[in-house]
Amino acid sequence: MADASIIPAGIVGALDLLSPFAPGWGANLLRGLVRSLQIAFGAFGMGLIIGTFGAYAKLYGGPIARDLAAIYTTMVRAIPELVMIILLYYAGTDLINRILEGMGYQRVDISGLVAGIVVLGFVQGAYATEVLRGAIKAIPQGEIEAARAYGMSPVLMMRRITLPAMLPHALPGLANLWLISTKDTALLAVVGFSELTLETRQAAGTTKAYMTFYLAAGALYLLITLFSSVILEWVEKRARRGMPSVKEAR
Amino acid sequence: MTANVAVAADPFQPGAAEQAEAIHIENLHKRFGALEVLKGVSMSAKDGDVVAMIGGSGSGKSTFLRCINFLENPTSGVIRINGEDVKMVSDGHGGQVPANRRQIERIRSRLGMVFQNFNLWQHMTLIQNVIEVPVHVLGMKRDEAMAIGEQLLERVGLSAKRDVYPAYMSGGQQQRGAIARALAIQPRVMLFDEPTSALDPELVGEVLKVIADLAQEGRTMLLVTHEMKFAREVASHVMYLHNGIVEEEGPPEQLFGSPKSERLKQFIRTVS
Repeated sequence: MADASIIPAGIVGALDLLSPFAPGWGANLLRGLVRSLQIAFGAFGMGLIIGTFGAYAKLYGGPIARDLAAIYTTMVRAIPELVMIILLYYAGTDLINRILEGMGYQRVDISGLVAGIVVLGFVQGAYATEVLRGAIKAIPQGEIEAARAYGMSPVLMMRRITLPAMLPHALPGLANLWLISTKDTALLAVVGFSELTLETRQAAGTTKAYMTFYLAAGALYLLITLFSSVILEWVEKRARRGMPSVKEAR
Repeated sequence: MTANVAVAADPFQPGAAEQAEAIHIENLHKRFGALEVLKGVSMSAKDGDVVAMIGGSGSGKSTFLRCINFLENPTSGVIRINGEDVKMVSDGHGGQVPANRRQIERIRSRLGMVFQNFNLWQHMTLIQNVIEVPVHVLGMKRDEAMAIGEQLLERVGLSAKRDVYPAYMSGGQQQRGAIARALAIQPRVMLFDEPTSALDPELVGEVLKVIADLAQEGRTMLLVTHEMKFAREVASHVMYLHNGIVEEEGPPEQLFGSPKSERLKQFIRTVS
């Protein structure tokens, strides 16, 4: 460890507390970070899938699909996320168990990870629906028409034309959603899921070193964001290959 | 696959003893709400025919072309493509829709459409645009499609732009690329929807030259155009549409040389 003669005792103490080896709490924080990332990935992915269906329902669906999508996005975006999470987490698991019991099955314990992904993914899906809907609308209609004129089936058109063509328009919005997703995992602390924030609270509460642990958690969240930015920038650059830069157009 | 791709549709070349009918349309009507755009248009194109459709703005000529590959659903009428009658069913709102989506997709994949605004797929390079339909719709092997695509790009003079995205090409280049894309499917019929209307005047010539070459080699095509001089040179048959009906039609010399109807006379005077 650090040489105590040069480094102030407070920092040495903090480093000891953050050490990944017992009696340090670093391992707990890292475990929380991994679980946060798992949830963020899962929720974002689920949000993308729901969002794609939602956007297609809103743009091309029949009256019923359109109305359902509208109710979904309006409700989810109207209710505070914390309330949604508490509601879906407790009411959702209760509902599933009641259904299972009603069908004559045993109650099940739903894993916090799965529940967390589903709850946050459901919220993300509503926002993703709007992001993707806007992006699809931004595709020049002529390109869609050309795909139809050359005999593409709806599924092929979606895979080869619509989704790749809308991506550059969707990425800034999706990048936002991803960053929100990483931070919304913290809300799961209220339902007792030990992700980064709850782990931090426990470590801080036990050791009374609040400043140390919350700063460390903040640094970890910042690292996620910085790392994400690098990747997102690369993805966006790649998706926009066919488009002249805004500066060139000016 | 023959070496000369552009004329690969050999069985349907002109000069065959009996020229088959590529497109047959009878009494086509199209209504947008209260507005009837087409009021019973008929036409027929045999293999090797070059049919030019002329007429003023709002005459229905573009709508007619778009009905042929069902980008618009005709309200009524018979459409027979490659000898195949397209089955339609009522949509419940007084119009009709194709009964079988797969039939439409099959027919479309043999009609090479060229749009006024090129409509190349912006997220693909030029060569990717050209091989997209052969590979993903027609199920051709990628290498084979690539070889054909490269020949076609050479033919329209765009080999150097192979890996360039459409946004970085001029309008004339994009339109020639779009023609290569249409040729890549080895179309039975080429459909041109005002292919030079969106081009700067100095770029019109390069595109018309490519189209004229295609007419020369006996390709079947339907051409909606404002270029009267060009229509006169390349077309084997000219149809003048006015207010959704065929006002006058015939060989170009007759139609442009001695127009009968007063409207056509006036139209020729105003556009030339």
